[in-house]
Formats: sequence, structure tokens, C-alpha cells
Amino acid sequence: MKLFRAVLPPLIPFVAITASIEFLVRGGFIRPYLLPAPSAVFFAIWENWGELGAALLKTSASALVGFALSTFTGIAAAVLLSSSRWVQQAFYPYAVFFQTVPVIAIAPLLVIWFGYGMQTVIASAFVVSIFPVIANTLSGILSTDPALRDLFRLYGATPTMTLFKLRFPAALPQIFTGLRVAAGLAVIGAIVGEFIGGGGLGSVVDVARTQQRVDKVFAAVLLASLLGLALFGLINLISKITLRRWHASEQAQ
Amino acid sequence: MADPGVALRLEGVRRVFDNKFAVIAGMDLRIDAGEFLAVLGPSGCGKSTLLRMIARLDQPDAGRIVREPEGDHAQTAFVFQDAHLLPWRNVLENAALPLELMGVAGPPRRERALAALGQVGLRDAVDKYPAQLSGGMRMRVSLARALATEPRLLLLDEPFAALDEITRFHLDVQLRELWRKRRMTVIFVTHSISEAAFLANRAVVMSRRGGAIKLDRTIELPEERTNDLRADPRLGQEMKLLLEAIEE
Repeated sequence: MKLFRAVLPPLIPFVAITASIEFLVRGGFIRPYLLPAPSAVFFAIWENWGELGAALLKTSASALVGFALSTFTGIAAAVLLSSSRWVQQAFYPYAVFFQTVPVIAIAPLLVIWFGYGMQTVIASAFVVSIFPVIANTLSGILSTDPALRDLFRLYGATPTMTLFKLRFPAALPQIFTGLRVAAGLAVIGAIVGEFIGGGGLGSVVDVARTQQRVDKVFAAVLLASLLGLALFGLINLISKITLRRWHASEQAQ
Repeated sequence: MADPGVALRLEGVRRVFDNKFAVIAGMDLRIDAGEFLAVLGPSGCGKSTLLRMIARLDQPDAGRIVREPEGDHAQTAFVFQDAHLLPWRNVLENAALPLELMGVAGPPRRERALAALGQVGLRDAVDKYPAQLSGGMRMRVSLARALATEPRLLLLDEPFAALDEITRFHLDVQLRELWRKRRMTVIFVTHSISEAAFLANRAVVMSRRGGAIKLDRTIELPEERTNDLRADPRLGQEMKLLLEAIEE
């Protein structure tokens, strides 16, 4: 019943919009080569499942590896940046600058560096998704309760102890916020990488576009979105399990 | 019998903020070993700054604070206005934190944390997480965390201010009993006149500006303080004196 209540509200617009597009396309108000009927998209998925499934698997693998890389590198970078105010002032501006570089513009460079194939796609997923991990981890580590920092000082805790027993665990809710954003971005980065580096759902979109197969383009786009959603859900689940015990207190304070 | 408390001597202590505003402009104060001192004063009078300097979390700009005897980290404990527990640790792990940071090994650490929790009546709640506790229970965990190291100097910064009155009454009595057993030096900062008079053996009233001491009084009440004392005219008399000094 609870699940039903959570699922029903977003389901209503979905059904309404899908049904109206179906109606508009079938009634000849919209040309199917501009916007395919939803039923045609679902049929395209079913018809091309062999190709699309393999592509989905490949994109998933690249996005996951890219995401894992940005998780570890991003958290490590944030810990380094938090180690001293000087280091932070020296390097953080470059992290911000790095984020503003559009991945689509540097994708050709990635191909030159890593060649055609999965390395380029992983690199692209990594480049797009690392910044939110750095930014959120850093702000989480830096916003540790000053009273608790005093407490650790009072008992002579070393910086390493303070990092692992206080700053890092205290930053976990913010780290997970960064990971949720990064998960979605990693999928986007992988698709962009595949446009240029080849392979996966990105290639399917690119090839289907040249063949005027709009239904197949939509089918691939839909699968890519579902992949992003699944990754987001996975991070949410891990975050809920990890923070289960202390989330209530975090909200109360 | 636990170690006796430490004595403190403040000599011309001065603390200036933003290079102009002297929160404490030259304070002299002697605190005997094993004394229970209440520090009263309006908000912003420098009570907390004073306590932080005594804890060595902040340094005076001039003057000095001498401890006798000089000691290690185990000596001082600090209780904040809110409980400030680690939400990802259960009650036992929270109480054991100072011992853990000081490098006390697992089994004795557990034993000492359990003993401290027993002293505040939380022996049955060791597995609970802070989110599952009431405000009063959290404050007791915070108190147990401070007691776990068997400190010789216990500093409390308005520790019960956020609690309801009944809980506060209980904790006052409990704190006083702990002090009677352990005889550590206690400095209790508060803006509650009744709490200061009820708990302490000596109360100092600080002025609004510059942290001058307007009144330094020995509280003349029995050693044992129970809730019966709250209706005692002698407590009322002490409170009146403190109030007059504050409003002067």
C-alpha cells in the first residue's frame, strides 16, 4: 500500500503523456520519423534486444569503471585538499576549472590519448563524474562539528586519527550526495565517450541516427536513462544501509 | 579514592578578539584542588572563552594559567552545551572514545567506559545509538564520556541548558554526587542562578564587559545536595546574593 502510494503519483503523468504521444502519432498529427510512437520504441527494444542488450552491458561496464575511478580518486583528492589550507587554496581552483571544461569538446583529445575503444569511454565517464565527488567530500570533511574537533584535540588525537575517526565518517552523508550526482554523470560521460570512441549505446544512437531510425535512437536513449536510474538507486540503497543507524539524529540536530 | 583534583592559578589572563575587543581584560583567579566552582554571567561575558583557555583549546593573549600538578591529556575533560556524540557509534563506543584516542587497549577501555556509563545510570543502554536516545540520555552519555578518563579537572560549558527542567534537576543531583565521590576539580559555566547555587561550593559572577569578577562567594549549603534543598530558604538566600551581584 505504501509502495503503491509512492509509485502512483509519478505513474499518472507517465501514462498520460505516453498515451497522448501514442495517440498523436497514430492520428497523424506528429510524423513518426520525428517522434516515434511509444509502442514503436518498446517494439524496437524487443526487436533489437540482441544488439541493444550487448550495447547496454558495454556502456554499463564503462560507466561503472569510470564511476568507481572517480569515487576513489575523488575522495582521495578531497582528503588531500583538506589536509592543509594552503594545498586547498593552491589546487581547488583548478578542480573547479577542470569541471567547467565541456567533455564533448575534449572527447576528441581523449581519443588521441587513449585510442578508439573502452579506455576512452571510461576516461570520459571519469572526467565528467569526478568533480561532484571532490566538492561534496571536501565540504563534508571541512564542515565537521567544531566541538567534536575540540574534543579530539583535547585528548591528543593525531591528524590521521581525526581524519579516520571523525572527519571522514562525519562527511559520509555529503559523500553519498556527491556519489548520487556522480552516478548519473558517469552514464552521460560514457555515452558522450562512445559517440567518439565507439561502442555501447552511444554508438547505437550514432549509427541509428545516420540510418534515420528514430525509434532505435529512442530505444537506446531509454536504456541509457534506465542505466543512470539503476546506478542512482544502487548508491541510494548503499547510502541508506550505511547511514541507517544515525540518520535520524542527523536530521534532529 | 580517585586522584585528587588539580589546582589552577590564573594570572593576569587577557584574551582579545579581532585585535580590539577584550573579552577578558586581565583576570586573576585561584581555584583550589577539588573545588566545585560555578561561573555565572550574562551571555557573551567571556565564560566560554575562559573555559576554553583553561582546557587549552584557546591561548590567552597575555597572562598565564598554571596547573598544579601539571599533567597529561587524561587530566582534563570537557562537556559541551549539547551532547555532541558521534552518531555512527553506539553508547559504549561513544563513552570509550577519549580512551581510544589516548591509546588505551581494547579490554580495559571497554571496562572503564562501562564503569563510567554505570556511574550515570546508563549500563542498560550500551548498545543503543544516539538517534535512539532522549536529550537527557544523550547528555548522560556525554558526561560518561568525560568521566571515562577519570579526569582531575572537569570543565562543563552550560551542559544542561538545552534540557527540560526535570531532567536537569536529576542531572544536577547526579553530577554533585559524582563530584562528592571523586573530588575532581569542577568548573561549571552556567547562566542559571539556581543551578549555580544548588551545585557549587563557590560561585564567581563575571561582569558583562571585560570579564571582571563582580562577586566571589563561598556557597554556604550542606555537602549533600538533594532535590529537597530546592525548596530550602538557604538556597533562596544564596540565589538572592548571586542575582544582586549580576544585576549590580
